[in-house]
Amino acid sequence: MVKARKLMIAGGHMVDPSQGLDGPASLLISNGKIEAINKGASNIAAPEGAETIDASGKHVFPGLVDARVFVGEPGSEHRETIASASQAAAAGGVTSFIMMPETDPVIDDVSLVDFVRRAARDNAIVRVYPAAAVTKGFEGKELSEFGLLQEAGAVMLTEGKRSVRNNLTFRHALTYARDFGLTISKETVEPDLSSNGVMNEGLVATHLGLPGIPREAEIIALERDLRIAALTGGNYHAAKISTSDSAKAIADYKKQGHKVTCGISINHLTLNENDVGRYRTYLKLAPPLRSEDDRQAMIEALREGTIDIIVSSHDPHDADTKRHPFEEAAEGAIGLETLFSAAMRLYHNDEIGLARLIEAMSTRPAEIFGLPGGTLKPGSNADIAIADLDVPFVVHEEMIVSRSKNTPFEGERFSGKVLQTLVDGHIVYTATE
Amino acid sequence: MSNENNSLLKPFPHRHLLGIAELSPQDISLLLERANEAVQVSRQEEKKKAVLKGRTQINLFFEASTRTQSSFELAGKRLGADVMNMSVASSSVIKGETLIDTAMTLNAMKPDLLVVRHQSAGAVELLANKVDCSVINAGDGSHEHPTQALLDALTIQRKRGKIEGLTVAICGDILHSRVARSNIILLNAMGARVRVIAPSTLLPGNVEKLGVEVFRRMEDGLKDVDVVMMLRLQRERMAGALVPSVREYFRFYGLDVDRLKIAKSDALVMHPGPMNRGVEIASEVADGPQSVIEAQVEMGVAVRMAIIETLISAGGANG
Repeated sequence: MVKARKLMIAGGHMVDPSQGLDGPASLLISNGKIEAINKGASNIAAPEGAETIDASGKHVFPGLVDARVFVGEPGSEHRETIASASQAAAAGGVTSFIMMPETDPVIDDVSLVDFVRRAARDNAIVRVYPAAAVTKGFEGKELSEFGLLQEAGAVMLTEGKRSVRNNLTFRHALTYARDFGLTISKETVEPDLSSNGVMNEGLVATHLGLPGIPREAEIIALERDLRIAALTGGNYHAAKISTSDSAKAIADYKKQGHKVTCGISINHLTLNENDVGRYRTYLKLAPPLRSEDDRQAMIEALREGTIDIIVSSHDPHDADTKRHPFEEAAEGAIGLETLFSAAMRLYHNDEIGLARLIEAMSTRPAEIFGLPGGTLKPGSNADIAIADLDVPFVVHEEMIVSRSKNTPFEGERFSGKVLQTLVDGHIVYTATE
Repeated sequence: MSNENNSLLKPFPHRHLLGIAELSPQDISLLLERANEAVQVSRQEEKKKAVLKGRTQINLFFEASTRTQSSFELAGKRLGADVMNMSVASSSVIKGETLIDTAMTLNAMKPDLLVVRHQSAGAVELLANKVDCSVINAGDGSHEHPTQALLDALTIQRKRGKIEGLTVAICGDILHSRVARSNIILLNAMGARVRVIAPSTLLPGNVEKLGVEVFRRMEDGLKDVDVVMMLRLQRERMAGALVPSVREYFRFYGLDVDRLKIAKSDALVMHPGPMNRGVEIASEVADGPQSVIEAQVEMGVAVRMAIIETLISAGGANG
């Protein structure tokens, strides 16, 4: 019999919201699974033949689970491949991500889900889970084959950046998805109200002479979705909310017992409309960056649990689609690599506690979408991130691993970064000094 | 047979047959008893009775139907009635007034019985209120199809000797099915346990309040059932809107040999027809030893003979 491969992570401060752990502990890994956790500062002796990672002075937590990642494969491999996205993920402590079906062709068929899974298995260094389109070809008419797609490995349904405009189609989708226990994750943008706008409607947009997107574009879409979710009893997830009214609506439906959850992008927690500055297109996002008041409200909603999860909303664009006047530039920003470091800004500013952040970036998304991960409980996969919460650095384009460089944090100072990432107990990333 | 047992002497207190909902368990038993007698007539070499000689039956079909219409036609003719078929083009939109006009016109021709199928729920009742003769509902929209439920009951009763205590699973497009509605009412009235199995998009609101157990997976719902009743998935429901595709529907809701094994080993397989082979039912099952689909067709004629005779000659409440 082959001897089990053992690895010990000792001396660190462990944060695992899935078991209420926030203190010194050491971790024993055997054959890619967590074998045991020893709480307390006492150093237990590593078993004979075990390798040891010294995590003294560092934090250890379950690898991050990013529920909203756009990739360019198939169709736009120059922007990002499944492999390059996985490299970027590993560099940010993200050990699992859900890949959006917004590719060319759209992932709406069993064979395409198969393709993603095979590409991920062969080329990715973290776990990549495909999401599938709600309607065939994103056309908003015919439902895709939810059951067969799920059997092939799709973990979630989403219409990408689009809305499902037809209320009846959306009703059928939520009703039918419920039978399979699938969640529909949706962006909440009312297409008419937002059609001309490129940034948050308000004084900043007026100064810049840019057409605005009112907050109502999000709220109206969200409220419609929530009503249909309540009608059908389906599992609904608002992918990225950005306004205080959206948080209020979600809180209200949660209180009534409906199966609704929501997420927010790290960008909307750490940036606001003023950061757009002089037409910085890397900060052209959907939904647009909102006012500081809304950002504060989002932080509060995350703290109290109205907002369930944080996503990177990683959306790679090459310089060509961004090097345009603001109105003509593409929307979206990369974020896998900076997700953790940006979140640490919230921690250092005493805006949100560390355990809550890890919960929102790891434990909770795994729960909502039924993925393994988000926990360090014995028996689970040894998907782990080890980080230094205090090491300062400045984001530079040259350090970006992703194939696209459109980070909204270019030149920003962060404190805290991921030093090591493990998937199945194997080190898939080690930071260079 | 003594006079006491002659079912024709027992009262049937209805002028029309518009739905199962208006029938008592006694009414249903009576019709099944008479239908059993009619089966014998159909199996004789000489199939024609003269009880309805000189009576007129008009089949008025606003919705195309081959099977049901010919079944009613044959039933009337075997009883000796004069039968006339009227098909009203299904493409033309028939408004309420036009329907009533049609009813008045036909009424003036003094028929003894109208057999009516209409694409709108409640249309047959509307028409029945305007004519002097008896009316049989041969299917109104997604509301009722009482003769189908009766023929299904007769088939089950003859194959199993009873209905009470059996567990019957009705599978597929419950939402649009008049067959499902009539069967749910009848089977409940006769003491069977009824389950429905369907994707949620094909279930009507509050269906559980009709007295059925609701299942979303065939694997769960077929367990220990005595009868599996498959429903036809209409072509227009297949493409995308309520069900993503034919192959997905068959994968999760089709009845194939393996799924049938979940039911009791001698479970009956039924289908009101026409079947979509490879959509809701595999050919192996449709043509297999547990299938009673052909028997259903035979029972259809018998049940319709029983009803027609009951309504026209045996009096009922027909004044």
